Amino acid sequence: MPADTIALVLRRVGRATQNSISRLGFAARFFAMVLYHSPAALKRLQLTLREVYFSGVLSLVIIMVSGMFVGMVLGLQGYDTLNRYGAGDSLGIFVGLSLVRELGPVVAALLFASRAGSAITAEIGLMKTTEQIAAMEMMAVDPLARVIAPRFWGGIVSMPLLAALFSVMGVFGAYIVGVRLIGVDNGTFWGNMQGGIDFWPDVTNGIIKSIVFGIAISLIAVFEGYDAKPTAEGVSTATTRTVVGASLAVLALDFVLTVFMFRGAT
Amino acid sequence: MPDARPPLAAPTCPTEIAVELRDVSFGYDKRRPVLSGIDMVIPRGKVVAIMGGSGCGKTTILRLIGGALRPQAGSVVVAGQDVRELDRDALFALRRRIGMLFQFGALFTDLSVFENVAFPIREHTELPEELVHDLVLMKLNAVGLRGARNLAPSELSGGMARRVALARAIALDPMLVMYDEPFAGLDPISLGVVGQLIRKLNDALGITSVVVTHDIYESLKIVDYIYFVSAGRIVAKGTPAEVRASSDPFVRQFVDGAPDGPVPFHYPANAIEQEFASAG
Repeated sequence: MPADTIALVLRRVGRATQNSISRLGFAARFFAMVLYHSPAALKRLQLTLREVYFSGVLSLVIIMVSGMFVGMVLGLQGYDTLNRYGAGDSLGIFVGLSLVRELGPVVAALLFASRAGSAITAEIGLMKTTEQIAAMEMMAVDPLARVIAPRFWGGIVSMPLLAALFSVMGVFGAYIVGVRLIGVDNGTFWGNMQGGIDFWPDVTNGIIKSIVFGIAISLIAVFEGYDAKPTAEGVSTATTRTVVGASLAVLALDFVLTVFMFRGAT
Repeated sequence: MPDARPPLAAPTCPTEIAVELRDVSFGYDKRRPVLSGIDMVIPRGKVVAIMGGSGCGKTTILRLIGGALRPQAGSVVVAGQDVRELDRDALFALRRRIGMLFQFGALFTDLSVFENVAFPIREHTELPEELVHDLVLMKLNAVGLRGARNLAPSELSGGMARRVALARAIALDPMLVMYDEPFAGLDPISLGVVGQLIRKLNDALGITSVVVTHDIYESLKIVDYIYFVSAGRIVAKGTPAEVRASSDPFVRQFVDGAPDGPVPFHYPANAIEQEFASAG
């Protein structure tokens, strides 16, 4: 019956919308609670430092290797394109700006979401599945202060540092390809980069972006872990949601931030 | 002999009550009540078992006592305080006096055995490190695992994990310890060890123990009083001796392990003739 089918579809859409809104509300309340518990968590700095190690230090290899390769590819592709217009010497500024303003924060954030975000969600989800979170609550220890807030802040601290390292390794990769292999003049490469990139707004915009990405990824990762169904399937779904949600959030936020930053510059 | 212990004072008029549930009802949604009209008294210093089949609402009772859930009707009084009326700080203050052993231990997998037991001490006190060390070793010694302090939870057997969790549950010398299925999945030796530990620690430390379990044989050896729960209601209660002698059909089914009885073998369904006829 078409009327029945329409009603069924409407019911499903309505239920899905209702669920999404209530989940969004829960996420907003969760964010407020994490912020509320943050001062207590940050007082015990070693808890956050431990998470900086797990999220940041253990992500170093993938970030640095990826940064190097991205920089090398940028060096090759950039030189090839610029050289067509006789601007091969501008490789330094091209690579520097691309990495510092866009690729560094965005690609590092995507890698961070996959490497550290998924690990945070899986860890919290499994803690829930194995009743560790419930045990903590029964011991009168608030898991938001002891487990969630340190992971949230650990991610926020790690993200800009990783993005900066990604950019540094990218520039180094482009130097190896552009200067060492292709033969762009060493002085021109670095001189153009130094002259063409300003700390404000180029570098600061990149830093602002990576901090915003860090907040988004960390929040999504801890929320999905905390909200995961306490089953194997629930944890697996939550981990996937973190990677997909955080990656999309990074790309969408990048566009929004870039629009504002360009408006600010003009 | 467990039965040689003096009989339990009638639980309806105890001199000192650790936990009391009065006409408690609870359900996750209104259509399906999990517990209805539960009246339960747990005297101080006793080991009381809550028994029943899987999914009958036993663990929910523990969650109500610990304040993780609030009853929809009735009251849950722990150490003289109505749990439903406590705000978060007061509830956490009460929980510091309650230890809980979760079904599979719920040890923190990123911490060693020592650090697991030290966790509540470090979180709630500012004792010097030497004192924390000594306290943790005393607790671990009480459960026979002083030598396992440097192991990771993943290196422990199920029984050992349960004992470490027990050491953690008594780390702050609680007045009440709750055990959620402490015997599930244990070999006979570990089962006996955990059972004896529950009894001995209860008596030695002067605590009160609530044991949620479906292991009738182990429970009869160590507990003072048993409540039987089925479909969210208390259907029988008594001392181990009374339970053994009981002719109550539910208690008999439970003690004898009969597959069918007041707790039916079949999940509710249409008449079998009707099912096969409709298939044909």
